[in-house]
Amino acid sequence: MQVVAKKPDSLTDKDFHYCPGCTHGIIHRLVAEVMDELDIREKTIGIAPVGCSVLAYEYFDCDMQEASHGRAPAVATGVKRVHPDKVVFTYQGDGDLASIGTAEIVHAANRGENITTIFVNNAIYGMTGGQMAPTTLLGQKTTTSPAGRKKDIAGSPIKISEMLAVLDGAAYIERVSVHDVKHIIKAKKAIKKAFKMQLEGKGFTMIEVLSTCPTNWGIEPVEALKWLEENMIPIYKPQVLKEAGEGE
Amino acid sequence: MAKKILMKGNEAIAEAAVKAGCRYFFGYPITPQNELPAYLSWRLPEVGGVFLQAESEVAASNMVYGAAGAGARVMTSSSSPGISLKAEGISYIAGAELPAVIVNMMRGGPGLGGIQPAQSDYFQATKGMAHGDFRLFVLAPSSVQEAVDLTIDAFELADKYRNPVLLLADGMIGQMMEPVSFERSIDPDDLPDKPWATDGAEGREKNIINSLSLDPAELEKHNQKLKEKYDQMEKEEVRYETYYLDDADIVIVAYGTSARISLSAMELAREEGYKVGLIRPITLFPFPKEIIAKTSEKIDDFLTVEMSTGQMVEDVELAVCANNSSVHFYGRTGGMIPTPEEILAEIKKIGGGK
Repeated sequence: MQVVAKKPDSLTDKDFHYCPGCTHGIIHRLVAEVMDELDIREKTIGIAPVGCSVLAYEYFDCDMQEASHGRAPAVATGVKRVHPDKVVFTYQGDGDLASIGTAEIVHAANRGENITTIFVNNAIYGMTGGQMAPTTLLGQKTTTSPAGRKKDIAGSPIKISEMLAVLDGAAYIERVSVHDVKHIIKAKKAIKKAFKMQLEGKGFTMIEVLSTCPTNWGIEPVEALKWLEENMIPIYKPQVLKEAGEGE
Repeated sequence: MAKKILMKGNEAIAEAAVKAGCRYFFGYPITPQNELPAYLSWRLPEVGGVFLQAESEVAASNMVYGAAGAGARVMTSSSSPGISLKAEGISYIAGAELPAVIVNMMRGGPGLGGIQPAQSDYFQATKGMAHGDFRLFVLAPSSVQEAVDLTIDAFELADKYRNPVLLLADGMIGQMMEPVSFERSIDPDDLPDKPWATDGAEGREKNIINSLSLDPAELEKHNQKLKEKYDQMEKEEVRYETYYLDDADIVIVAYGTSARISLSAMELAREEGYKVGLIRPITLFPFPKEIIAKTSEKIDDFLTVEMSTGQMVEDVELAVCANNSSVHFYGRTGGMIPTPEEILAEIKKIGGGK
């Protein structure tokens, strides 16, 4: 009998708590598949954030630390400096990384901290109930921008990948999406490349993954995939924003 | 005995950390503790360790969390306003039961305050460092040599209890030069294993470093477990020094720099015939309440001396309340240092004793 599909070894048997249609599950799986394929599960330490993926430490079957809100890159720095030969990744949402944790992510990237960050951007705070995030689109309605985000009050959506790409310490920054199969395959390639570059000691790598939040966007899961494609992709264009060449 | 060398308090503590087997330091500049990170910035690489200047105190304390969770002996240092920022990480460190050593070279506050020595963070250190039901182990040196010895003890206690340990001194101890010797030296390779650390789940079940418990029954159990640790500290780890308690009529209670100055005041008073004794708490948590309570059975007048407007004095009042002794207070604050003569004048005001 041939196995054609199975749960990656790098995921535990614990059921995800994520809402129906949320793409965190896909992204968890992609990271776990990459860990399996690179055979790094036993040498990887993951850092979970605060937010919807706060319980990521229960899902990844590798050593995990749970950080305080936004500080995952600082925690990862502490771990990596003690174990430079191990693989260290952070898994963070957009409230965690793009709002409260901006100092930590900027300086981890700038130091060229040899870690990989999976940055899940769904343009809203999920866990706390759908508040406006710095990544929320202009006009997007949230519980704290009930009339839609207004530029003159809350500024424009923050483009973290573009910001980090200008830093010398950032070795590889790519933005991907998981709203369809084609993009999911691309996302996995990018995640694998980031982990590989870490194994090669290239420096800071981050993959921004555009993700859905049907619950807090207030739409059906399938519609959410479409909403992401039609509304987020034009603002957050999937692309390689930084790739340090040989000899750099 | 190892030879004595003249060292500034901040640098001596830094060297003591190295001698304690600490190889990782994450910090952020703030006066008056800057010599400590500066020393470690060259000393740690020399012994194969890592010194990292973080982007903020918040980041530094979270780096300490990561490194401690990864199994390392790790330290950070700061001064009052910086400790407030580190409080976030310290709460998580306590919640996740991680061993780490934090140094606070106190300066005047609140807010930006000043940069001169103070003892106004006693409440913060012993009662309210940050959110949640937790305690720091708090050690208060009153000389540079004692700072060295307590730094090494701090690492051992942190590992023993899997709890953050705070070395609480002030700018005076940090900036003062005194002869010190380093009697102990611990090789980090000889330290006991930390089977709970996240260093890669090779051939074992995964480890998790975490302070989250969404189930209140679980969290209560965790809180009770922490409480048991603190109770054990109170039972087994209380440290203090006493002077002239046998014949004293007035007993001063003071720690750190205030205790040093109070010792001089005590000698001056004795020269004038006042029978003054002194209790110097070395551990502020666990607080030496039993010796103070026992002393209050025969002493009517206590004088608490602090470089604050009165913080530890509340613990002294609690300790003596069963015997209705009077607790007097003398404090200078904001970076002002009490003189022995000022304290002597307070002793005379209390009278008695002669």
